[in-house]
Amino acid sequence: MTATVEQLGSITGQPRPQDRVPGRGRYALGRTAKYAVLLFFLLVVLIPVYVLFVTSFKGAGDASPTRAWNLPQSWTTENWTAAWDALAPAIWRTVQMVVPAAIISSLLGSMNGFVLAKWRFRGADLVFTLILFGMFIPYQAVMIPLLQLVLNAGIPSGIPSLILLHVIYGIPITTLIFRNYYLSVPNELLEAARVDGAGMMRTYASVVLPISIPAFVVVLIWQFTSAWNDFLFAVFFSSSRNGPVTLALNNLANGALLTNYGVSMAGALLASLPTLLVYVLLGKYFIGGLMSGSVKG
Amino acid sequence: MPRHLRRWGPPLLLIAPSLILLAVFVYGLIAVNAKTSATDMHTAAQTTGRAPVHGVGLKNYFDLLGSEAFQHSLRNLVIYTVVFLGGTMLFGFLWAWLLDRPVRFEGWFRSIYLFPMAISFVASGVVWRWLLNSNQGESASGLNRLFQMVGLPFLQNNWWNNVDYGIAAIAIPAIWQMSGYVMALFLAGFRGIPEELREAARIDGASEWKLYRHVIFPQLSPVALSAVIIVGHMSLKAFDLIMSISKPANYQTKVPAIDMYVFKSSFNYANAAAVGVILLVIVAILVVPYLVHTTRTEKKS
Repeated sequence: MTATVEQLGSITGQPRPQDRVPGRGRYALGRTAKYAVLLFFLLVVLIPVYVLFVTSFKGAGDASPTRAWNLPQSWTTENWTAAWDALAPAIWRTVQMVVPAAIISSLLGSMNGFVLAKWRFRGADLVFTLILFGMFIPYQAVMIPLLQLVLNAGIPSGIPSLILLHVIYGIPITTLIFRNYYLSVPNELLEAARVDGAGMMRTYASVVLPISIPAFVVVLIWQFTSAWNDFLFAVFFSSSRNGPVTLALNNLANGALLTNYGVSMAGALLASLPTLLVYVLLGKYFIGGLMSGSVKG
Repeated sequence: MPRHLRRWGPPLLLIAPSLILLAVFVYGLIAVNAKTSATDMHTAAQTTGRAPVHGVGLKNYFDLLGSEAFQHSLRNLVIYTVVFLGGTMLFGFLWAWLLDRPVRFEGWFRSIYLFPMAISFVASGVVWRWLLNSNQGESASGLNRLFQMVGLPFLQNNWWNNVDYGIAAIAIPAIWQMSGYVMALFLAGFRGIPEELREAARIDGASEWKLYRHVIFPQLSPVALSAVIIVGHMSLKAFDLIMSISKPANYQTKVPAIDMYVFKSSFNYANAAAVGVILLVIVAILVVPYLVHTTRTEKKS
């Protein structure tokens, strides 16, 4: 597991130069077919987006199934207003949850990653593997005692509990990303600091942290996205009164006997806007998290 | 002594908080959970300590694995995983293969194929519940209506309401969300293959198929393995999409993670814990060999 931020250049960078292919005619035909296939899949992937967008602007007059795929007869923003009223408090709570959760777990991950990358000790591999396994466990396997522990410790249900859980269970992935990043930091840099008389802590704070910004961006985005989108912990550790936006959205969409799709879909878009915005604006770093979360070198 | 402290102190200080947290919240709680699963904690009174709890050994496991309802969940989990994995690997590889060679607007294709990953399963469940509406004919909406409109009415079906294979329909939105991720992995894999290797094979007169068979596929196999592990373990934990599309009470789409939630909601903590252990064992069978393998290969290099 050594793919790191810079390896992403390989997918964000330039494609390889054109290969020589015999038979120009066949080649042109093949190229048209290729674009047709690519475009077909592009449209298929975008179908749900079209539905979300169009349905969120439909009024009661468009309820007939025969008009399911049509544009709205008259565009209305009433669904959006209703969805905003229903979700706004939860969205605000989610912000209060993801910001501290992302920052704290990133800091912990950075400290661990530094130690695991630059300080060789016996059993380091075992410790690293044990940490990584925490990334893969199904949380169902700890959920029941976790509920009891959080309850007995008197941690308030809702956002405070969820911050704690996102921090703790975020440690494995943040550690992994930072460790892989620090493996690429030359040892000479740390040696130089040591020669200057800096201890490990000083080296970490004054040499390592300042060059960690790219890794921090990747990790913060990753943690932000996964905490924002989390539903499992939300269901077990919060209620609709104190929970994050995924829980509120699920209640909005599935709470009533008859789903109001206009409002639900406006709500789904609202709830997705922050992560989509991050994806659009910081896509490179978003992909960075994806890659380092998985690829081995 | 102070020398030891100087050498061991700082790194330990940095890493200790996390190690303690993980030791308690991962490994400690797994142990407590296993213990709970071997008790008769099936009622609300027992969960709050108002009634005594007794050890029952492996009885809960035998009861669960012997019950038709749980076997149904395990069968659903297998179907879901096969469809989800198969779909993401197929589309992920195909898209990466199509995009590997110079393509105009490559960035656009890539970004759009990948974007569903930024959305929560709950939000995508909202729209997919509409798309996978089981009504057909006159009252059809969603994909069934679309099939009528494009002249493929025979494709209409009742999706997740199908008694035997309803769970496979839930895998469709999962494929929609994760194929782009697998594409990104494969694309990185393709771009990691040195051009000289392809050239060398061509000079040796290898056919296009042989080039793939003997050069490209072997080079991609580590990436494929990562993809299988990542998607596979996500699949085994399937929960959010089912909660959001078909609701937990729905028999034909239930999986172990849903059972666990239902048991917990009825204060049957012992059974909930046992389901958790079973899921953990299944995931561990998939992941532990992979983790050991990666640590070993990394050490070699």
